[in-house]
Amino acid sequence: MRSVRALAAAALLLLPAYHVASAAEPKQGGILRIYHRDSPGSASIHEGATYSVNVPFMPVYNNLVVFNQNIAQNSQDTIVPDLAESWAWSGDGKTLTFKLKQGVKWHDGKPFTSADVKCTFDMLMGKSQQKLRQNPRKSWYNEVNDVTTNGDFEASFNLKRPQPALLSLLASGYTPVYPCHVSPAEMRTHPIGTGPFKFVEFKANESIKLVRNPDYFKKGLPHLDGIEFNIITNRSTAILGFISGQFDMTFPTEVSIPMLKDVKTQAPKAICEVEPNNVSTNIIVNSSSPPFDNLDVRRALALALDRKAFIQIMFEGQGDIGGTMLPAPGGLWAMPKEMLESIPGYGPDINANREEARKLMQKAGYGPDKHLQVKVSTRNIPVYRDPAVILIDQIKSIYIDAELDVVDTAQWFPKVARKDYTLGLNLTGNAVDDPDQSFYENYSCGSERNYTNYCNKEIEKLFDQQSQETDVAKRKKMVWEIDKKLQEDVARPIIFHSRTGTCWQPYVKGITVMVNSSYNGYRYEDVWLDK
Amino acid sequence: MFAYIVRRLALMLVTLIGISIIIFVLLRVVPGNIVDILFDAAGFVDPSDKANLEKELGLNLPLYVQYLHWIGGLLHGDLGYSYVSEKPALQEILPRIPITARLAGLALLFSASIGIPLGVISAVHQGSRLDYALRVVSLSGLSLPSFWLGLLILMASVSLFGTMPIYNPNPATWTEAIAMYCVPAMAVGFRSAALTMRITRSSMLEILRQDYIRTARAKGASESSVNYRHALKNAILPVITVIGIEAAFLIGGLIVTETVFNIPGVARFLVEALRWRDYPIVQNLVMLIAVVVVFANFTVDMLYAAIDPRIRYTD
Repeated sequence: MRSVRALAAAALLLLPAYHVASAAEPKQGGILRIYHRDSPGSASIHEGATYSVNVPFMPVYNNLVVFNQNIAQNSQDTIVPDLAESWAWSGDGKTLTFKLKQGVKWHDGKPFTSADVKCTFDMLMGKSQQKLRQNPRKSWYNEVNDVTTNGDFEASFNLKRPQPALLSLLASGYTPVYPCHVSPAEMRTHPIGTGPFKFVEFKANESIKLVRNPDYFKKGLPHLDGIEFNIITNRSTAILGFISGQFDMTFPTEVSIPMLKDVKTQAPKAICEVEPNNVSTNIIVNSSSPPFDNLDVRRALALALDRKAFIQIMFEGQGDIGGTMLPAPGGLWAMPKEMLESIPGYGPDINANREEARKLMQKAGYGPDKHLQVKVSTRNIPVYRDPAVILIDQIKSIYIDAELDVVDTAQWFPKVARKDYTLGLNLTGNAVDDPDQSFYENYSCGSERNYTNYCNKEIEKLFDQQSQETDVAKRKKMVWEIDKKLQEDVARPIIFHSRTGTCWQPYVKGITVMVNSSYNGYRYEDVWLDK
Repeated sequence: MFAYIVRRLALMLVTLIGISIIIFVLLRVVPGNIVDILFDAAGFVDPSDKANLEKELGLNLPLYVQYLHWIGGLLHGDLGYSYVSEKPALQEILPRIPITARLAGLALLFSASIGIPLGVISAVHQGSRLDYALRVVSLSGLSLPSFWLGLLILMASVSLFGTMPIYNPNPATWTEAIAMYCVPAMAVGFRSAALTMRITRSSMLEILRQDYIRTARAKGASESSVNYRHALKNAILPVITVIGIEAAFLIGGLIVTETVFNIPGVARFLVEALRWRDYPIVQNLVMLIAVVVVFANFTVDMLYAAIDPRIRYTD
């Protein structure tokens, strides 16, 4: 009897498993309808600097390697072959060789070979005749000497020094392989890739259409017949469109926390996920001129911040406090909580922090009778403007009377580059959750994105050391120390790391929202519609 | 009359040349160009790459040369290339014109067909409850921003019908096709209808006090004949003037309405082009709008004579 019961129980346990298995069997066909938040400047991912380009065009291309599209956290362990069949590092860690897949065809029917790999990376390194109109990620390949080929199906990256993180950079949605035979200009208007979907048309401010690539080299994929992006710049209209069922999915990571409530109320069956997007809101401090050339004033500023209040006001508590690297659990390189809280300004007692800040301000010559007058400059966009207003309110408590200076987007970066600001509120997005991308871009001496011109030769050496370290545990510890030092130096005080939502209708299957980057998860070859 | 028309046409030409210079200069006065935007969005500025792109787009040339290139091209029907899409500007602008024209036409039709009759009714029933109710409606029309009204309509549609009338290039049914134009036209035309109604009302009130209206009534003409044949015919002139001016103002309302209802028309395209500092698109579109406005005013002036035989154009 007991065995019969056990059998029945086992059968009952197996039943749902069977159902799950059958329900999880992907169905072929259907068009995935997504709204797009704005009209991308072009279709060329290599010339783009916003994920507005990655989302619609990543399905057109393939990389050599790619972050597994079904695992939410990007890491070296989740990198899988894409156009490459396999890869191997040389013993000295200075050569990365890829064996390439054979029989892969571009959407125009021409064969894919190692020459295309060389062409792409030569162009990115500025070594080819073909020039990109702009090349925002040229610095990613600073350590690459050259790319060489061995026959049609092998390509090697020869490095100046070991850089294990190169593989992560190559796995980003920002690193597709382009065809040699198509010019950069054509790639901006009519991209040709090897990816699961072929480009059909891009009507500026209207729509982007992709259709299934029947010759895709990954057999059985993609499941969808196509993807249509309807460009809707008005957020309210777009969300209403999703609620009314005119769209299967919102634009990824574009639903703000307050809007998420509306969606859940009006479309209760919708599936919504809120995840970190690896974008930090930070303060850029002009330390090359008074008053912030004084380290005490900079430290007072950092001590005045009530980060929880920012997150509470802007995201109803859904945000993360951290240093430069994305906080855990989404982020891979975040320092432990105890270490973070030991940094001035990160401690939980805000009143004590501010008391200390006021003492530092008094030491610098300011006080209740002599307030410091400054302007807080920022872009005229809500995600910049709103935290700037809160910042102005918070620094009042340490004798700083600040005025908001909103700047047109076209003028923001020239203004920052000219150092024509005292305090600025800025957002920094990271395409890859890796210290190499973040440290070199934002804190390295002479880097074009190092807006504050922070330059510390000692730290620079540590950047190189961590970059060459192959032992991940050791590298993590080095990264924590660097991040701590950057915060203590008030190089670019990080206020918070934001979280945003993505929603889709329940019949859309196979969506994975990445938790440590909003640039890498849009291949959509595994997505299918259960209807 | 002929000499007057020729003189007006010559004046229009001078006006358009002046407008072209103002558009061209104003665009260059606005800080930043497309190269700044493209490069600065990435946060990387390689001065040599930037200079190359400026040269490629002709932005390094002296301003007067750029202006002459534009006007020369315009006279030959060459509107240049969009900096963003790299397609001919004409190819980008042309398909959007009928969409906006349809929307603007419907909005004006809505404005006139609602505003004029309601204005007459309000004037004829001056001081009644109906008059007060209509005046409240017209006041709300003037006070409600069209984008807000548009959003309210969309929210109500989703809540009541589970769908919303945003633009669809391939409407499934004829009702959808009608709704996607008529609803936004009503949203943008509501303000204009309210204004037309107020102008019609005040003009009618003035006319209704005239002696000849009393005479018409005394000789036994019916109320509708008095109101519509005798009074409205004479009250309509200021209304036409307002509708003409509103046609020009409509473009402002269309920008937000096209954005809210996601209509890929000229107005929304203009804003996007401005955001990117896409000079060929902005210059040509603003010029097109200027031509439409100048011709609309000219047409209104000509209509005066057709409607009121007392008006004569002399040298």
